Amino acid sequence: MLDASGLSSAEELFAHLPDAVRLNRPLALDPGISEYEIVDVFRRRAAQNANGYPSFLGAGVYNHYRPVLVDTVVSRGEFLTSYTPYQAEISQGTLTTIFEFQTMICQLTGMDVANASMYDGSTAVPEAAMMAVRATGKGRVLVARTVHPEYREVLRTYARYQGMPVDEFGYLADTGSLDLEDLERKIDPLTAAVIVQSPNFFGIVDQVQAAAEIAHRHGALLVMVFTEAVSLGLLQPPSGADIIAGELQSFAISPCYGGPFAGILATKEKFMRQVPGRLVGQTTDSRGNRAFCLTLSTREQHIRREKATSNICTNQALIALMAAVFMTVYGKQGLRDLAVQNLAKAHYLAGKAQPRFSGPFFNEFVARIEGQSPDALNKALLKKKIIGGLPLAAHYPELPDCMLLCATEMSTRPDMDSVAAALAAAKPVDAAKPEEVQA
Amino acid sequence: MYPENFRYTKEHEWVLPEGETATIGITDHAQQELGDIVYVDLPQVGAPLEKGKSLGSVESVKAVSDVYAPVSGEVTEINTTLADKPESLNQDPHGAAWLIKVKLTNPAELDGLMSTADYLAYVGAEK
Repeated sequence: MLDASGLSSAEELFAHLPDAVRLNRPLALDPGISEYEIVDVFRRRAAQNANGYPSFLGAGVYNHYRPVLVDTVVSRGEFLTSYTPYQAEISQGTLTTIFEFQTMICQLTGMDVANASMYDGSTAVPEAAMMAVRATGKGRVLVARTVHPEYREVLRTYARYQGMPVDEFGYLADTGSLDLEDLERKIDPLTAAVIVQSPNFFGIVDQVQAAAEIAHRHGALLVMVFTEAVSLGLLQPPSGADIIAGELQSFAISPCYGGPFAGILATKEKFMRQVPGRLVGQTTDSRGNRAFCLTLSTREQHIRREKATSNICTNQALIALMAAVFMTVYGKQGLRDLAVQNLAKAHYLAGKAQPRFSGPFFNEFVARIEGQSPDALNKALLKKKIIGGLPLAAHYPELPDCMLLCATEMSTRPDMDSVAAALAAAKPVDAAKPEEVQA
Repeated sequence: MYPENFRYTKEHEWVLPEGETATIGITDHAQQELGDIVYVDLPQVGAPLEKGKSLGSVESVKAVSDVYAPVSGEVTEINTTLADKPESLNQDPHGAAWLIKVKLTNPAELDGLMSTADYLAYVGAEK
């Protein structure tokens, strides 16, 4: 093979890769071992992964229970093997599940219309921003610094070639919630959208309605983002929100190293024709039976080409189906109970930590770490087979001693107490309370 | 069918000049080509129009077509009945289903548009 490709060594095959991502030494394997021996080596190494460790890492991807019914349903061949159907109406089963998904998203968000899903929460945000630009005829976007930092990166990537200026506004250093005065200062008549997240990246349930009032007074739309869908079990988005863009990973979608996930985009009826992506509608067939179809397709690129609302033409049907099955399994009361459990557990953990902000929070909060760096604390926790939180310095240089911690229904009291003990152990001796060190 | 006092564009819009103002619509030929019309997207009152630029769009079950401004001006009125009854564009495109009224900024532009006879010849040739 090397002869045929004009190379002198296997190493040359990889020469174009950057050094930073290369191992730069041969694998520590005995030469000439057989395939099953190699597989065995890797299997043993894989067993050393932190699989099944209790996790207190949230920050956009959450550790929730996945009901067994979810995989049972989505593994059916009718769902698993089908792509978004090009001759859509022949796949009434797929369209039915998408219609039910849209209906449940509308019930959950209080919006009139939801599309058939987006790739994930991060791509739903720029789609919502571009939708606001179309609806208002203006071009500028203002995004809160408390929106997930990676969502803001995706927004900037989209904005770069859309001629859509993106500016940020801040948060209050004490509460961790939106700095509405900063918003008031930065908004102008050219602003098409104000984008805020709630619960925000610090876990804080934010002042969306107040931000919406400011946005509307200046002729802009309010886009509300969420990363933790379970919060919707307790908190309905305020009526002032015009577009909701969010992530459904919490609804039985495996964290899976970051994807694939499913996003949602929901809005009020008056913006229906600006919605990107697929919409499934209910209709009546030639025999008078209830049937489902793709509707308002003239928004889409296969009819409208360069005037399409978006170049997104597919959806995450199978992944969105996981979320639809999850919502069906839990139901309204179940989702509410789940949200209450998350809230209670996070507040139990926060009671044993030092929350950095005073704003009300759902299942995540920022803890100030004393006596050692957040990274060192995570290493200490990993030795106890616990995955810690997210150190915030990389995204928020002003919070170098802070970590974002998350507790869900999966967090047990002993594990939370272990985290509390690690937090206490790190404190300088004079500050530590003896009984906490004991725990 | 095609009133003598209308002026027409190659993109199948009609204009009815009335002093300093004008009414704009799409032609019967246009609605026939589009088929069943399901949505009409119109500009806001007060919006500036530039001759040749898109002023809105008409959506049928099979296509979306831009409507181009036949003349420059400012939108003074839009036909709000089209929001609930877009199908009236199929029934009465030269009458009740007008799209917008404008205040002309350059009435001389009207001279560049087609007469009824010219438009009928143009449509006939296009077929």
